[in-house]
Amino acid sequence: MDGIVVEGLRKRYGAVQALDGVGFRVHAGELFGLLGPNGAGKSTTVKVLATLTTPDAGRAEVAGHDVVAEANAVRRAIGYVPQSSGVDRDATGRENLMLQGRIQDVGGRALEARVGELLDLLGLTDAAERVVRGYSGGMKRRLDVALGLVHRPQVLFLDEPTTGLDPEARASMWEELERLAEGEALTILLTTHYMEEADQLADRLAIVSLGRVVVEGTPEELKRSLRGEAVEVELSDGRAADAEGVVAALEDVLEASSEGRKLRSRVASGARAIPSILSALEARGIGVEAVTSHRPSLDDVYLHYTGREFAAEDEAGAREDDSAAER
Amino acid sequence: MTIAVRHTWFMVGRQLRNLMREPIWIALLLVQPMVWLLLYGQLFKRVTNLPGGGFGTSSYITFLAPAIVIMNSFFGATWSGMAMISDLDRDVLPRFLATPVSRISLVVSQIVRSALIAVVQGVIILVVSLALGVRVHTGLFGWVVILAAAALMNSAFAGLSQGIALLVRKEATMIAIANFIGLPLFFLSSTLISIRQVPHWMQIAAKFNPVNWGVIAARQVVLRGTEWGSVGLHLALLFGLSVATAAFATWTFRAYQRTI
Repeated sequence: MDGIVVEGLRKRYGAVQALDGVGFRVHAGELFGLLGPNGAGKSTTVKVLATLTTPDAGRAEVAGHDVVAEANAVRRAIGYVPQSSGVDRDATGRENLMLQGRIQDVGGRALEARVGELLDLLGLTDAAERVVRGYSGGMKRRLDVALGLVHRPQVLFLDEPTTGLDPEARASMWEELERLAEGEALTILLTTHYMEEADQLADRLAIVSLGRVVVEGTPEELKRSLRGEAVEVELSDGRAADAEGVVAALEDVLEASSEGRKLRSRVASGARAIPSILSALEARGIGVEAVTSHRPSLDDVYLHYTGREFAAEDEAGAREDDSAAER
Repeated sequence: MTIAVRHTWFMVGRQLRNLMREPIWIALLLVQPMVWLLLYGQLFKRVTNLPGGGFGTSSYITFLAPAIVIMNSFFGATWSGMAMISDLDRDVLPRFLATPVSRISLVVSQIVRSALIAVVQGVIILVVSLALGVRVHTGLFGWVVILAAAALMNSAFAGLSQGIALLVRKEATMIAIANFIGLPLFFLSSTLISIRQVPHWMQIAAKFNPVNWGVIAARQVVLRGTEWGSVGLHLALLFGLSVATAAFATWTFRAYQRTI
């Protein structure tokens, strides 16, 4: 059975086409990653799936219920951990959890037991009676996750659960999430703009760009779909376009692209290609600063399928988000 | 319906728990009405001797006390939208909206919370007034009427305040609008002075001023010669207005949901 089915979702906010035909399937019990830069449409997708907003076109099912026609059934079946924490900062951790449980129709002894269990599971027992205002960023985020789990949902949405956390808190959140994915019979949809996060946590993932899914598969499949190795050459001057032409023409090189002073190429074998790349560049008088080669990462997958570099796009997306927020 | 009531109860509980964690606020919020009652009441003590009268008592503080309960309730209501803005700023609402929680309870609970605080403060103001020698002519039932007027007055304007909060979603704008609505309505009422003493156009304006409806209902039960018909009419008017502003607030909540 499928935990989540998404088909051709479209959603427009003013001049921005946030979703432009997003579609994917998440099997029940799976941890599925939605990976993409800021502004790619990940959060909007989750908002549609969590029934906060309705799509302009397309349809989606969560735990077997249509998100528009059976919104209340979906709401009972899901836990939603929004990108920005929605906890009541003036209440204690336990009060937050108890209220969340009550509006999800869990009550009495069962609720008290469940809240105790979650506080334990997420390492918040000692902080349970303290007002959330005094929690650290990591604790607040763990409480957010607990809030999403109070009523034992079938599907959990985690919208950028580790954004804004320091590396240590992020690592511990990853551990919690891995345990959750194993322990509870739960379908998890996680959005992230961290490549490592998707790589480490997701059973399968979809890369989203400009409101569309560009590719879907397990992290291994996606990386394997790129044969060979990635070679990155940093040029000492700005003749990247020249360099791209030169390198792309080489026999050992499968594909090449350039951005700024960076020349990226995919090669069958680094050991064979690097010497020929360097000598070809030298022959044209193009100076080289540094050369690195590595097995394909999700970064390379992203570059391959979208033709754009992830980090640059992420920054551009972040700027767009900021200006959208100001409006 | 029963679900809406239950969820409203949960949400009111949430707000009252947070408030009780810092009960000092209830006391601080009472400073202003106490200043009116104790200082203003003394300062203009002799105002009841004015030719033309119309105060219905020679004790200015007796005239003033029920109106101060209403005034306090009114000003409290104009600010009640701030709690909604704080929830909006902290994204508390989207978290609730992804649950089957009754939508209406998210709005109505804010109004109920605001009215409950107004009633508690009303009791405190009335107890202080009692100590100052104010006697409610109609006795204990009079107290109940005054507190009911305070609750209705508060609901009427809390609904408006919640609606405005959901439309503007910014603290600074909310403060400006609260002041813009609050002070004129306050001064266009008979809170501080007998309606017979004010210019004719103000007498007309006061007839349509909900703040004045509350003042009339509350004052009638304190002074001799209570006209119960007038008390009932003005309470009914306030009730009608409460229903209308609650509907307005619910409508703005739907508008907010469309922006998510």
